[in-house]
Amino acid sequence: MDIEQIIERIDIFWPALAGGMLIGLAAALFLLANGRIAGISGIVGGIVGSLLHLNWRDLDWRLAFVLGLVISTLVWRQFLSLPAVQIQASDMMLVIAGVLVGFGTRLGSGCTSGHGVCGMARLSPRSIVATLIFMSTGFAVVYLLRHVVV
Amino acid sequence: MHQWIVLFTAVMSGLIFGFGLILSGMVNPAIVLAFLDIAGTWNASLLWVMGGAVGISAVAFFIARRRSAGFLGLPVNVSTSRVIDKRLLAGSFLFGAGWGIAGFCPGPALVMAGAGSAKALLFVGAMLAGMTLFEIVGHGQKNSTAS
Repeated sequence: MDIEQIIERIDIFWPALAGGMLIGLAAALFLLANGRIAGISGIVGGIVGSLLHLNWRDLDWRLAFVLGLVISTLVWRQFLSLPAVQIQASDMMLVIAGVLVGFGTRLGSGCTSGHGVCGMARLSPRSIVATLIFMSTGFAVVYLLRHVVV
Repeated sequence: MHQWIVLFTAVMSGLIFGFGLILSGMVNPAIVLAFLDIAGTWNASLLWVMGGAVGISAVAFFIARRRSAGFLGLPVNVSTSRVIDKRLLAGSFLFGAGWGIAGFCPGPALVMAGAGSAKALLFVGAMLAGMTLFEIVGHGQKNSTAS
């Protein structure tokens, strides 16, 4: 590893760690104030369920959490510039991926936030297994798409 | 009055969560895919993000375990299920496949949709369709929801 690579790694290390700690802080606030797990797929899926089954229980705080998430770039832009974002997947791939993520996270009861962060933090065996599976599947799919199917 | 505080802390949690995703670079699918691409130029970011997030929330779960209610007096709702069943395995597999294809998981996709990205909006639309599909066909013998 040459000196430029080392500098590049330090450059990504601090924002990643600090950003991760902010995510942890958000999950901590939500748990200790609202008594809820900051699992995004569960929260969004709960909203979808509310609308389909016309059951308004728990709809208000779920909408409030999602509102905070959705306006985060708007608030961020008042103080700092947004980082560049590259979405390389084609529209068709985005649709396929979206359906898989939506259905899969609901069937598996969680995503990167619910299982990966909150579940791992409380050493839930279910969440550890779920995280190992979606991580390894992610590795395998990226390997297939980038190095096998070209 | 009390209900408004509950909604305010929920908005703040979502907002801080979003800031964390922006600062850490996780809103950028290219960075997530670079982490998942072990055979390419590997980017370790996601590992540090997970480390920071798990570390801080572990403290919160430690505190929560000693309390019967949160600071606002609400009960703490944490799943106690320890069942590792086919639904958990199959669901996580499908999620991992979608995550590997697009580099988006639900949080970053919602943040970027909020920023007005057409591609993120398309992903979120498809994700909501997948969740709707689950509501219609996926419940079966429903088990407890972890998140």
